[in-house]
Amino acid sequence: MTIAEKEAEIVSEFEFLTDWLDKYELIIDKGNQNPGIDPQYKTDQYLIEGCQSKVWVQAEYRDGKVYYQGESNTEIVGGMVSMLIDVLSGETPDDILAAELGFIDQIGLKEHLSPTRSNGLVAMVKQMRLYAMVFKEKSNEL
Amino acid sequence: MSNYIAEHIDEIRADFPILGEQVYGKPLVYLDNAATTQKPRCVVEKIAANYYKENANVHRGVHFLSQVATEAHEDARETVRRFINAKERHEIIFTRGTTEAINLVASSFGRAKVQPGDEILVTEMEHHSNIVPWQLIPGAVVKPIPFAEDGTLLVEQLEQLITPKTKLVACAQVSNTLGTINPVADIIKIAHSHGIPVLVDGAQSVPHTKVDVQALDADFFAFSGHKIYGPTGIGALYGKEEWLEQLPPYQGGGDMIDRVAFAGTTYAALPFKFEAGTPDFIGSTALAEALRYVEKLGVENIAAYEHELLTYATEQLKTVDGLRIFGESAQKSSVVSFLVGNIHPYDLGTILDKLGVAVRTGHHCAQPVMDHFGIEGTVRASFALYNTKAEIDQLVTAVKRVARMFK
Ligand SMILES: Cc1ncc(COP(=O)(O)O)c(C=O)c1O
Repeated sequence: MTIAEKEAEIVSEFEFLTDWLDKYELIIDKGNQNPGIDPQYKTDQYLIEGCQSKVWVQAEYRDGKVYYQGESNTEIVGGMVSMLIDVLSGETPDDILAAELGFIDQIGLKEHLSPTRSNGLVAMVKQMRLYAMVFKEKSNEL
Repeated sequence: MSNYIAEHIDEIRADFPILGEQVYGKPLVYLDNAATTQKPRCVVEKIAANYYKENANVHRGVHFLSQVATEAHEDARETVRRFINAKERHEIIFTRGTTEAINLVASSFGRAKVQPGDEILVTEMEHHSNIVPWQLIPGAVVKPIPFAEDGTLLVEQLEQLITPKTKLVACAQVSNTLGTINPVADIIKIAHSHGIPVLVDGAQSVPHTKVDVQALDADFFAFSGHKIYGPTGIGALYGKEEWLEQLPPYQGGGDMIDRVAFAGTTYAALPFKFEAGTPDFIGSTALAEALRYVEKLGVENIAAYEHELLTYATEQLKTVDGLRIFGESAQKSSVVSFLVGNIHPYDLGTILDKLGVAVRTGHHCAQPVMDHFGIEGTVRASFALYNTKAEIDQLVTAVKRVARMFK
């Protein structure tokens, strides 16, 4: 599946949930499906500290694709982390860097990706892109 | 509840247009009053009227409007004086709020009276704005007076904490996080017996309790207009004349000078020595309007009504499984900080918001309090004179709903 297809799938899951609580139940559920981050990476080196919550994210590069893992100490942010990883993991650096991640807006959760929310998510997306950029440069050097 | 506020609650709520707003299609339940309060129509209208009818720079012109504006601004100072019962009008300095008032004292007092190695005592429950300004004094050592598990300040430790190097004690009258009402009169007595002045942070006390700076014998007292139904960007510092006379100016500029010359400048008399630049004369008069509104309802009536709300909220919240309250001092005012089980405050607050309940989550600018309990943050509900038991019921129902979601 392409990034756009994965995004569309998530959007369709949220589409029929009109009640906010149901949306958040699904987000929490998404978080629970996330295997989380390998404990060896749950360190300050991989920590993105928001004012309200924390996020850890790590990435590896295999066969031209980026594989992310991550988690948060809050369930709502954790659900968002999980969806971002689902969408971007296993893709090439070029595709990741081109992704606009419009699904977050489409499912009505844009507010969580606002810099004023200071929950670590904006920094996480930046960090995920940064990983992709670094892997891309490295592979170009080879 | 037989109380003036309870009996007139519908009319009072009608004074605050924003309370009729909806969020996410639900009626707004605004329980974030410790962060800022909503404004009654009279305050908003006062601001508009000032701009429409009385706008001119103060203290500067001989023309009619400037005189009208100056008089209104100085009348506002008189209203603030009366409200906190200061002795003299010139002991009231207008500031942007509590934070600026504390910074003013820290800066001026720090320069005049604090040597490297000298100590400032604060409490462990202070808002950051009553910690950091003192830490900014070069070489100053800022030490905390600790509090007990229930959030009561350990005043009995004050004597031992005072050393010959202690230059000032700075203390909140009411904690914004724990709600604890601190015995500032006792603290001031103890400090004064050692010749040490005391600054009282009244940001959270002025809206909820009767304050009398002379009865307290406070040397400095700071508060913010926006937390007492007034506009943002205006607040006041009270300082005893003898202290204000001794301290050097805070900022330089227009209005604060007597005569400027390159050979040396002399400063204006109080209060203008501490009010450089064009003051917020629109804000000051609107603040005075807010204070009159509170006086009209009666500070004691408000305190009694809010106490009922606090007691009710505490009882009702305790019916929630796994709910823990932080701060259960016997002397408490209008704030409940809590957590439910292992639910992160961000998660709790986010869902409460979607249910139309506005609360604050996080460390409430009091990280030492969070460190004390070994937590990252809490959810805080804080009450004002327009809140109702029905709103508290909505809060409690919402908290129970959220608790089920995160089971
Ligand atoms: C106890 C206390 N002190 C100081 C402040 C700072 O007030 P302001 O931001 O209005 O200057 C606050 C406000 O949150 C407070 O609650």
